[in-house]
Amino acid sequence: MSSKPLNRRELLKSSAAVAGGLTLGAAAPALGAQQAPDSHHAPPSWPMIKGDKDMVAYGDRSKYVTSVRIAHPVGGRPSPDQFGLTFHIATPLQDSVGVITPSSLHYVATTRGAFMPDIDPKEHRLMIHGLVDRPLTFTVEDLKRLPSVTRLHFIECAGNRSSRSAKTVQQTHGMVSCAEWTGVLLSTLLKESGLKSSAKWFVAEGAEEVKGASSMPIAKAMDDCIVAYGMNGEAVRPQNGFPVRLMVPGFEGIFHTKYLRRIKIVDRYYMNYNDFGHLDQEAKIAALEYQIGPKSVITFPSGEQRLPGKGFYEISGLAWSGGGAIRLVEVSTDGGKKWNKAEFKGTPQRMAHTRFGYPWNWDGTETELLSRCTDELGQVQPTRVQIAKYWNKPYDQTFSVPGLDNSVQPWHIASDGSVTNGFA
Amino acid sequence: MGSHRTLPFAFVLPVLLIGGAPALAQGPAYGIGRTPTADEIKALDISIGPTGEELPPGKGNAKEGAQLYRTKGCAACHGAQAIDGTAPNLKSKDPKNPDVWARGRILPLRAPFATTVWDYINRGMPLNREGTLSADEVYSLTAYLLFINDVIPEDQALDQQSLPKVKMPIGDNYAALPEWKPRTKRLSGYPF
Repeated sequence: MSSKPLNRRELLKSSAAVAGGLTLGAAAPALGAQQAPDSHHAPPSWPMIKGDKDMVAYGDRSKYVTSVRIAHPVGGRPSPDQFGLTFHIATPLQDSVGVITPSSLHYVATTRGAFMPDIDPKEHRLMIHGLVDRPLTFTVEDLKRLPSVTRLHFIECAGNRSSRSAKTVQQTHGMVSCAEWTGVLLSTLLKESGLKSSAKWFVAEGAEEVKGASSMPIAKAMDDCIVAYGMNGEAVRPQNGFPVRLMVPGFEGIFHTKYLRRIKIVDRYYMNYNDFGHLDQEAKIAALEYQIGPKSVITFPSGEQRLPGKGFYEISGLAWSGGGAIRLVEVSTDGGKKWNKAEFKGTPQRMAHTRFGYPWNWDGTETELLSRCTDELGQVQPTRVQIAKYWNKPYDQTFSVPGLDNSVQPWHIASDGSVTNGFA
Repeated sequence: MGSHRTLPFAFVLPVLLIGGAPALAQGPAYGIGRTPTADEIKALDISIGPTGEELPPGKGNAKEGAQLYRTKGCAACHGAQAIDGTAPNLKSKDPKNPDVWARGRILPLRAPFATTVWDYINRGMPLNREGTLSADEVYSLTAYLLFINDVIPEDQALDQQSLPKVKMPIGDNYAALPEWKPRTKRLSGYPF
């Protein structure tokens, strides 16, 4: 027998032959009967997917499933650009189901447009030093020996902002994703190193060409940061920081340092690289550029989709917050006059996507769909009008939401069933 | 109320027994990881904080920096006059505006510390040849960018001692971050 993997049809034939040989023909007709074209139980006559070694080794999705990521934002810098650099890539939320973003579709951002380093994990090291009793260097294998955690967490880019020109939910909200992350709590490593009492901040640094670095409060490090080597049941992908990335649950995406190679414990804000981008004049706005607020969006029906006719639809969407777990999602099917409690699909996790649904009978008339959420801290997702009012600014086309935009996204439903961005 | 004295002992004792060393958080619990040498740490430690304590030896001035700005390719992306290139401006278009914030998002002007400028160039420049500049070259380029923004005079040399002492125009006119605490709203008094 050849060592080449057999496809299902070949396998059935060969087992039939073996079985027939052993039982003097008794089993062979039975197997053959299952394959008979005139059987009432025969499957539709679809062509077979021709198996090959690659498909067996690492499976593919159906060729009929064509959902892909796109460069972000609309009209922005292409990814990859002419030099092969990737910049921002948005996930196709309009096709998402459940709460996990497949690793192949997870959004990607780089700090300046970057090559992805092709890191040999055997050569990679994570060093912890600075205001510690014992500086330590860990290999990836070392990290895997330590007690691990596995948690669902979203990551969202600070630039995930709906605009009038955005048409689909991928364009308005695609710079957010949620994966299952596995790794060692940063607090475990810091306890191993022993923090000095003067430790107030830490600087996390990546191994990519620009060595992107950010300052973060030590309280966050000790609360829930994860040095993650696993993503959705396998190794973190290169686009997401292979072999290890820092998870900073609920903070803006840029803090989730990819290709993590160094953590330096310091006594003050270090104002390194990424920190300059966070420099702000107003304390209130600076505060809003760290922890992400409560946010939700309807993914079905959403921009550029089309309802085939009146009748039943389950409205579906995602909600998340940097403040913790989602406690409530409300959906309006009449442009915000009446708000209805949506159903959670599964138990909301802290700093993770929560899938919600709401049953809706569309009567075929023009309307607007909205969702808003409340998190465990009581923070409520606002409309842009509410945000402008808080900041005492007129709500017009010049108004820009301070910090990461967590405003309510309206989807307009026309009487012909077409769905468009309510901000357009 | 009489139990106040005895309760803590009743709770603490079992925790110590069960938790052992990790509960005390004094020594390493797992003994995994290697101690890096002082030289290994120094070689990797490119985070330059406001005190400049991590700065390497070396020096440079704006005149040398002006040459390097052309020969190292900075001008190609940031513009010959450090304005209107494809990469961010490195010189203000409105340098006399009394409001420093209104002068634009210019790294060598808005950064609160000259060490931030040094750190940025050393870490992330030049494009595709990051990490190739010598310490002297980074001091020189930093001096040049500070000079063209009227932060330091043309003949001022920068080194380990003088760079952290440069007074940046923004002073302390920037927002300090609030102390972050777990399970706390992102901004006190902000409902959203």
